[in-house]
Amino acid sequence: MDLAGLSVGWYLALSVVLFAIGGVGLLVRRNPLVMFMCVELMLNAVNVAFVALGAGLNDVGGQVAVFFVLVVAATEVVIGLALVVAINRRRSGATADDVSLLKG
Amino acid sequence: MLEAAWLICAFPLAGFAVLLALGRRLGEPRAGWVATLAMAGSFVCSLAVFASLMGRDPAERRFVVTLFEWVPAGDFSVDAGLLVDPLSVTMALFVTGVGALIHLYAVGYMHGDGDFSKFFVYLNLFAFSMLVLVLGDSLALTFLGWEGVGVCSYLLISFWFTDEANATAGKKAFITNRVGDWGFMLAMFWAFGALGSVRYLDLFGQADSLSSTTATAIVILLFLGAAGKSAQLPLYIWLPDAMAGPTPVSALIHAATMVTAGVYLMVRVNPLIAVADAWAPDVIAWVGVATALFAAGAAMAQNDIKKVLAYSTISQLGYMMLAVGTGAYVAAIFHMVTHAFFKALLFLGSGSVIHALDGDQDMRRYGALRAAMPVTAVTFIVGWLAIAGVPPLAGFWSKDEILAYAWDASPALWVVGIVTAVLTAFYMSRLVFMTFYGEARYGTEVHPHEPSRLMTAPLVALAAAAVVAGGLNLPFTKDLHFLGAWLEPSLFANEAHLSLGAGAQWLLALVSMAGAAIGIAGAVAVYLQHRLPASRVEWPAAARAFYVDETWTRFVGGPGRRAFEGVAAFDANVVDGAVDGVGRSVRAGGTLLRRVQTGFVRSYALLTAAGAVALLVWFLVRTSF
Repeated sequence: MDLAGLSVGWYLALSVVLFAIGGVGLLVRRNPLVMFMCVELMLNAVNVAFVALGAGLNDVGGQVAVFFVLVVAATEVVIGLALVVAINRRRSGATADDVSLLKG
Repeated sequence: MLEAAWLICAFPLAGFAVLLALGRRLGEPRAGWVATLAMAGSFVCSLAVFASLMGRDPAERRFVVTLFEWVPAGDFSVDAGLLVDPLSVTMALFVTGVGALIHLYAVGYMHGDGDFSKFFVYLNLFAFSMLVLVLGDSLALTFLGWEGVGVCSYLLISFWFTDEANATAGKKAFITNRVGDWGFMLAMFWAFGALGSVRYLDLFGQADSLSSTTATAIVILLFLGAAGKSAQLPLYIWLPDAMAGPTPVSALIHAATMVTAGVYLMVRVNPLIAVADAWAPDVIAWVGVATALFAAGAAMAQNDIKKVLAYSTISQLGYMMLAVGTGAYVAAIFHMVTHAFFKALLFLGSGSVIHALDGDQDMRRYGALRAAMPVTAVTFIVGWLAIAGVPPLAGFWSKDEILAYAWDASPALWVVGIVTAVLTAFYMSRLVFMTFYGEARYGTEVHPHEPSRLMTAPLVALAAAAVVAGGLNLPFTKDLHFLGAWLEPSLFANEAHLSLGAGAQWLLALVSMAGAAIGIAGAVAVYLQHRLPASRVEWPAAARAFYVDETWTRFVGGPGRRAFEGVAAFDANVVDGAVDGVGRSVRAGGTLLRRVQTGFVRSYALLTAAGAVALLVWFLVRTSF
């Protein structure tokens, strides 16, 4: 099965690469904004996989799932950015590790 | 009218509530009048219920008034209901009737006491509990009343609690009764386990389906409870000490009503006794008759007037248990009623005497009180002749019926019973002679006098009842067996049949009359004519009640205490240890797991990723192998 000349496997490979970059970035970076961007990257990697498989299997469900992911991502960004802004107001330049008061 | 049977209980409860709220403000003597009126109202209601029950066909004289659902718990449900039948109404009648008279007496007796109103709060609460006990339609409700009277007994024995001996006596009564209550509770659980209900009518309806072993176990456990409440060997020890309470309490609770609760319970469960193995009623009969003889022996040598009456009560309760054990349920109830009259009379009379002698209870300092207190003396003599078994007073008829059934069951029981009767006549005569006859032995500073009308009126009423109550159940023909015919619906044909002919009954009656005469003549010889020094008949061992109390004390204080401490240690270490161990291990686990909660978002993300990878590996492994 080809999509624009490439087989589905290539798209899935791209998705895996993007997801891995996002995951590693999330784990190694401490800047909350960058961590955010990594999360977005992971979400969109999943979207790529959805679209590719949806087209490849001729199932519209894949595209529909993407819309859900987009909506969830949008709300997540709204809350997450609000948190980032709030933290930065109190302590400018704070990293994710500085905000660890809720430890057991 | 039967639906209004709840009013019988409601009157004392209302009296209790009113006195609890307003008792101090009402003060003396109005608080006493409120309590007495509550009892009188309850008595009138009992009479009305009795009348309407009489109006019914004998087969339909059983009626359950369901008040509300008391314990709803899944399949288990206990309704608070009243069982109105001849047995419970008989009990209610004499509890409220004798109770009202004793309340009236107490108004005079408690005159000037600082806690006058509190006394009547307790008395009304007691009456309410006692009525719940006798009218309850299930073992559970009877148990509620059973515990209620126990609490009131405790409160009233230690009513003058500033004296430590009184407080100790109260505790002793309460704790000794717990031993019996334990048997009652186990019996209740067992009955529920076997039949799925604790309602009397359910139990009786299905009694035939019980195995005889189960029925025997339930009966013996209930008898343990009854032995505690009705002061049978070996649990009687609390009753002599209970005389520390005010005398109206001794009359009401520790002679006429509460202590008969055990006998009532055993009569009530007669269908279970009928199913039980034959040795169960034999145990009841022998414990009863042994208690009767033992307590009569102890009463021979007591010098405290109330202690004599206390041992006498134990002895008479033994007779009632003997009747229960020989299947003579009617005789048991008959003796309970007559005993309530004459023993309440004797206690109230002793109260008058104690009152007149400024609180002295030692008969060695009494004597020749007949002239100073004519009403008390005459009524007391009536009570004496009634309990001694002199015809035609009440005690003769009821005791003789019991002895006739005892002879029928086993002549050995009868022999012990008749010896007890002789002793009874002797010690009661001794009490009367030491108190009302002979020379005055009290100090010159004491001026005995007749108490007020409030106190003599109940004496006269009870004396009249003690004379005529024998008419309730005369033995000559079946038509005169009023109480027997009346109680028949409650006994489910479990009453034993007397196989004795009329001649044999006459003979037994003559022997028991001769026994009473011998007892009285013996006391005349020793205490009036002094032909024999009193010390020859008053054994020191009898004065100490044959050391049963001391044996108990030594056992409970020594090995008993060690055993119970062992049980307590087991509870503290093993049972509590298990419960605490669960708590501690949860705590320790939490302390360990808490380290995972670092607060670093990225470490959570790492754990999530690791978890995702682990799941992925798991699925891969599972699908590929």
